Amino acid sequence: MNRRFSWFNATSLTLGFAFLYLPMIILVIFSFNQSKLVTVWAGFSTKWYVELFRDEAFLNAAWVTLKVAVVSSTVSTLLGTMAAYVLVRAGRFQGRTLFSGMIYAPLVMPEVITGLAMLLLFISIGLDRGVFTIILAHVTFTMCFVSVVVSSRLATFDKSLEEAALDLGCTPFDAFKSVTLPIIAPAVISGWLLAFTLSLDDLVIAQFVAGPSATTLPMKIFSSVRLGVSPQINALSTIMISIVTVGVITASLVSKRSIARQRAEEQAAVRN
Amino acid sequence: MNFRRLFLIFTPYTWLLIFFLIPFAIVLKISLSDYAISIPPYTPVLDLEAGWAGVKEFLSALDFENFTFLTSDALYYTAYLSSLKIAFISTVITLIVGYPIAYGMAQAPDEWRPTLMMLVILPFWTSFLIRVYSWIGILSNEGFLNQFLMWTGIIDAPLQILNTNTAVYTGIVYTYLPFMILPIYSALEKLDGSLIEAAEDLGCSRLQAFWLVTFPLSRPGVIAGCFLVFIPALGEFVIPSLLGGSSTLMIGKVLFEEFFVNRDWPVASAVAVVLLLILIIPIVLFQRNEQKQREAEG
Repeated sequence: MNRRFSWFNATSLTLGFAFLYLPMIILVIFSFNQSKLVTVWAGFSTKWYVELFRDEAFLNAAWVTLKVAVVSSTVSTLLGTMAAYVLVRAGRFQGRTLFSGMIYAPLVMPEVITGLAMLLLFISIGLDRGVFTIILAHVTFTMCFVSVVVSSRLATFDKSLEEAALDLGCTPFDAFKSVTLPIIAPAVISGWLLAFTLSLDDLVIAQFVAGPSATTLPMKIFSSVRLGVSPQINALSTIMISIVTVGVITASLVSKRSIARQRAEEQAAVRN
Repeated sequence: MNFRRLFLIFTPYTWLLIFFLIPFAIVLKISLSDYAISIPPYTPVLDLEAGWAGVKEFLSALDFENFTFLTSDALYYTAYLSSLKIAFISTVITLIVGYPIAYGMAQAPDEWRPTLMMLVILPFWTSFLIRVYSWIGILSNEGFLNQFLMWTGIIDAPLQILNTNTAVYTGIVYTYLPFMILPIYSALEKLDGSLIEAAEDLGCSRLQAFWLVTFPLSRPGVIAGCFLVFIPALGEFVIPSLLGGSSTLMIGKVLFEEFFVNRDWPVASAVAVVLLLILIIPIVLFQRNEQKQREAEG
């Protein structure tokens, strides 16, 4: 096949990526705007960043969000990995259909419904709403994403490796620790990252289950954005976009290098 | 060994039962209850201490009143219909925008592909809320789009775009575009280039070869992408509340306001139950498409 850019492909890629990136680029540029108006350029300034870091409410919300995201993604990675293991390895058991249904349903469930259902549960068991209930809700909807990521990795790897370890005298736990875990580790890590980002990003579910005592960053952003655009939000967005960009580029470089290393090792093995 | 297995199954299973299945049972129950000015704002409340009589009384008080109410008030069925319409139109636009991008990526030189792939995935990791927010500054009356159009002289007065359905379409297309591009790209990437060469050798024009060979072979990706956009768009809340106006009716927003503004929990629950019933159709179709895909590959 023709492996150069044809004019048609070049145009569609340029236009497509312009559409994807221009709004974010504009957002970043205007975070450095002197003026309070976000659409009229009035000179370079970093004062919105200074103001952002002086704003207690934003800092508190950021801290709450970070706590929720770290705790919930860690618990959900544990539960999600267990669920993936059950889905791929446990064979038949009573209620398996219901189990896999409960794993896949949250993936397509509208957030308003999940949020409403969770809130009604917390109210009916009389649980005080706050950081804890946000964590519970986030674990529940993110663990399903983790288990999908991990189970696709588990399904492709050779079960006989595990069996060999068991035959060679490993306890099941040792076999898991020294054979299975290293192989599925990349999937577990990306599952954690996915859960972490989903938790950081979630507005709707948190809005339902947070109650008056806890405010996460998306909730804070949402309430101030409803009053109109503000350069402070642009500054905050710029910080978040830069963190994600650095993270994604690093991750792709690391995975590129590890693929290259793997290839080199394979070639060395063939030569020997 | 058996204890281990039991523990492995038991832990995630119980978690999901408590935090996923039971909440839906509660939603269903409240949707059959009546609105009351009390805490919690619905009646009846299940009184387990009264024993069997309590359960019986509780069951006899449940009815479908809220569901009949949904059909009698035009607000609700208009909201369902307009959500379906908005989700459908946005899905079609996303397909039209996303297909050429996926096609361009699949045709790109090999060394370019990882970078292009990363560029599609990057927005997915970026906050959804921020991506929606970025459009407010572009679409508002004094926003960049209006400034640009007035500068070029196409229009004299700013167009009202923000707070209309057009803004909602733009927001949905923008935020869900990666979900459309990725499955189409993965279908097109697997495509055997010699098939197209064969079609061209047999006298097809490039366009004909595209319609007769490439597009049909990418159909599983197209279907998957369409569902991945349509299903979440149907229950969308953030986009209509930030970019839409007072005339934008979407069921996610109606549900939210019914619960938090009107504080009518039974009606909000009934709205949720009906939305779920509507969603079951596309979800089942989507699962079937995925299943067929897996069987074709395996």
